[in-house]
Amino acid sequence: MNRTFSKLALWAFLALLVALFLGYFITRVLPDYLPAGRAVPPRLGDLVFYACAAATVAGAAGVAFSRNIVWSCIGLLIALLGTAALYVFLSADFLAVAQLLVYIGGVLVLILFAVMLTNRIGEVNVSNQSLGLGGGLAVFAAVAPLLMLVAVLVPWPVRPPGPMAPTTARIGDEFLSTWLLPFEVASVVLLATLVGAVVMARKELKAD
Amino acid sequence: MTPLESYFPLAVVFALALVLGLALVGLAALLGPRRPSRVKEAPFECGSDPVGDARGRFGVKFYVIALLFVVFDIEAVFIYPWAVQVRELGWNGFATMAVFAATLVAGLAYVWKKGALDWE
Amino acid sequence: MAPYQPKSDPKWLVALTLAVALTVPFLFPVLILLSMPLAEPSGGGVTLALRWLGNVLGTDLSGPVAHDVGTAVVLLLIAFLFINFGAIFSGICVWWERRIAGRMQSRIGPNRQGLGGFLVWVADAVKFLLKEDLVPAEADSLLFRIAPYFVLTGFALTFVVLPFGHSVVMADLNVGVFYITSVTALVVVGILISGWSSNSKWALFGGMRSAAQVVSYEIPAGLAVFVPVLMAGSLSMQDIIRAQGAAPWDWFIFRNPAALVAFFVLFTSQLAEANRTPFDLPEAESELVAGYLSEYSGFRFALFFMSEFGNIWVMSALATTLFFGGWQVPGMPAAAISALKGTGAWWGWQLVSMAVFAVKTLLLANVVIWLRWTLPRIRIDQMMTLSWKYLVPIGFVCLIFTLFWQLGVGAAPGLELASGVALSVGALFVVIAFFRRVFKNVTDVRGDAIDLSNW
Repeated sequence: MNRTFSKLALWAFLALLVALFLGYFITRVLPDYLPAGRAVPPRLGDLVFYACAAATVAGAAGVAFSRNIVWSCIGLLIALLGTAALYVFLSADFLAVAQLLVYIGGVLVLILFAVMLTNRIGEVNVSNQSLGLGGGLAVFAAVAPLLMLVAVLVPWPVRPPGPMAPTTARIGDEFLSTWLLPFEVASVVLLATLVGAVVMARKELKAD
Repeated sequence: MTPLESYFPLAVVFALALVLGLALVGLAALLGPRRPSRVKEAPFECGSDPVGDARGRFGVKFYVIALLFVVFDIEAVFIYPWAVQVRELGWNGFATMAVFAATLVAGLAYVWKKGALDWE
Repeated sequence: MAPYQPKSDPKWLVALTLAVALTVPFLFPVLILLSMPLAEPSGGGVTLALRWLGNVLGTDLSGPVAHDVGTAVVLLLIAFLFINFGAIFSGICVWWERRIAGRMQSRIGPNRQGLGGFLVWVADAVKFLLKEDLVPAEADSLLFRIAPYFVLTGFALTFVVLPFGHSVVMADLNVGVFYITSVTALVVVGILISGWSSNSKWALFGGMRSAAQVVSYEIPAGLAVFVPVLMAGSLSMQDIIRAQGAAPWDWFIFRNPAALVAFFVLFTSQLAEANRTPFDLPEAESELVAGYLSEYSGFRFALFFMSEFGNIWVMSALATTLFFGGWQVPGMPAAAISALKGTGAWWGWQLVSMAVFAVKTLLLANVVIWLRWTLPRIRIDQMMTLSWKYLVPIGFVCLIFTLFWQLGVGAAPGLELASGVALSVGALFVVIAFFRRVFKNVTDVRGDAIDLSNW
C-alpha cells in the first residue's frame, strides 16, 4: 500500500470520526442549549464535562496516530486522566482515584519503563499506521454506525446529579459479599503476573 | 454536595498550575538571553565529547520492579475499601482479606527467592 | 583555654528574620482562611458576594451563569493562594536548609542578601527568570519542554486535600489519602519523560533510578497509610484528624504500637519518594551529575526544584495528619469549634488550629532537613533491599497487627489509652534525653552560648 493512500485513508478516518461526533453533538446535545430548547445557558459543569470528554477523545486519537511511541504514552495519559474525570461525573470517586493510581501510576509507568528498556527505540519508527489499514477501515465501517445508532437511539436514563454518596465503604461491602469469588480470583491473577515477570526476566537474572 | 462541587477544585488547581508554570517559563523566555551554541546544546558528559547513544539498554530488573509495583498497587486498591469497612465486616472480612493478602505475600516470597529483588 | 567570645550577638536580627521567615509563607493560609466563607460549598458565600457586587454595579447577578463564574473565580483565587504558599514555602525552605547545613558543617551558609541571607530565595527566583532556557540539540524538544509541568501539576494537586486547619482545606474529598498517594503518579511520569527526552546518559540513568525508587517506596508508604485508615475507618483527611485527639496519647502514632512502626515506615518511604538524602541516589551529584535534571536550566529547572522542596511540606503535613493529631487543639474538641460557627471565636480557633498544625509540620520538616545533612547516601542495592525486603514485609505485619489491635480495642477500650499513655511517656523521655545530649555537646564545645555573630 503506498504512503499517500495510507495517509489519505487516515485523514478520512479522522474526518469521519469528527463528523460522527459533530453529528451527535448537533442532533442530541445542542438542542438542549438552544433558546428554543431548554432556554438554559450551559452551566460550568457542562463545560467541564465536555472539556474532559474532548480531552479523552483527543488523547485516544493521539495514542493511535502518534508516530513516536513516547508521544503515544502521553496521549494515553491524557485519555486516562479524562476517563478518571468522567468517573467523577458519575459519582464514582473511588473508581476515579483507582484509575489514577493503577492506570497512570502503574500501567503507564510500566509502559514507559518498557519503552526505555528497548534499545534505540527513538530511531525506529515504531508505529502501527500501515498495519492492516484496509481491514481496520472495514471493521470501523462495520462497528461505527452501530455504535452511533446506539448512542443516538437508545433512551439513556438521565438522572440529575444527586449529592455525592461515599462509595468506598459500599465497594468494600460488595467485595466481601456479592463479589467474593472474583475478589479472591483477582489475587491469583496478580500472583500469576508476579510469576510471569520472574519467568520473563529469568535469563538476565541468572546472568547477573 | 454533587460530585462536581467537591471535585471542581481539582480541575481549577490543575489548570492554574499549568497556566502559572507556562506564564513563568514564558516570562523567563522573554527576560532571559538566547545565545545558543553547538557546545552549549551538546548533552552534558563532563566536558568531553559525548560517546555513543544515550538510550542504551537497561537491566530487565527495572521492568520487574515496575511490574511488582503494579501488582501491589492493585492490591492496595482492593485493600482500601476493605480497610474503611473493616469494623462492620468483622472476622468474616478478615478471613477473606487474609487469603487475598497471603496469595500476594507468597508471590513476593517467590520473587524474592528467585533473586529478582537482588541488585548488585 | 580562654572562653569563646562571639564578635557580636545580633539577637534582635535573628528574631526578626525568623519572624519574617515564618510570617511570609503563613500569610497565605490566613488569606485562605479569610476567603473560606466565600467558597462554602452550599453556595451561600458566592451568592452574597454576587448580590453585593450586583448592587455596586447596578446589574442583576443572581443568574446561574453569574453564580458559576463567581464560584470559579473564588476557587481560582484560593488555588492561587495555595500554589503561592507551596512556592514561597519551598523558597524559604531552601534558605533555611542552607543555613542549617552551614551550621551543621561549621560554615556560614548564605548570609548576604537581606536579613541573614533570608532574601536569597528571592534572588534565586529572579536569577532563574533571567537565565537562558537551554534545550539540548539532540533532545526531544517538545517532550523536554513539557516534562516539568507534569511534576508541577502533580505537586500542586496534592494541596487540594491537604488540611491547614479545622475548616481550612480546599476540598475534603472522601478518598483524600488514597488520592494523595495516587497523584504522585504524575510526578513519576514527569521524571521518566524528563530523563528520556534529555537524550543524555546522566539524565536517563537518573530518571530510571528515580522512577524505580519512587515506585518501590510507594508500596511500603501505601501499606503504612492503611494503619491510620484502619483506625479511623475513613479515607478523608479531615475525618482521620477528627478521629484523633489533641493530647499525645490520643494521637494515632501512640495509640497503637504498630502505628509507631508504621510512622517510621511511612516517613522513610516519603524521604525516598522525595529523593531526599539518604535516598538521593537518582540525583547523586558525585556520580550522576544531577540525574534527570542534568540538562535542565533556567526556569524549567526551577519548577522541578520548587516541587522538590515544596514536597517537604507535603510529606510532613501528611505525616502530621495521619499520625500526629493534625490540627487538634488541646482543650477544644473539633465539634466544639464547629459549634461556634458564625461567631468571632470561630475565627480565633481556626487560627489556633492552623498554628498547631503548622508547628507540628514544621518540626517534622526540620527533621527531614536534619537527616539530609546527617546521613550518607545509600547504594542502589541497599535502597531496593530496604524497600522490598524490609519495609514491605514490616508494612504487612503492621497492617495485620492493627487489625487484631482494633478487634482487641473493640473488646477492651482501655487498651488504646494504656498504649497511648505508655508510648507517649516513653517518647517524652527519648526527646528529653535527646535534648540533654545536644545541650551537653554544645556546652562541651564552646560554653552554653550559641555564636550568632555570623548571622
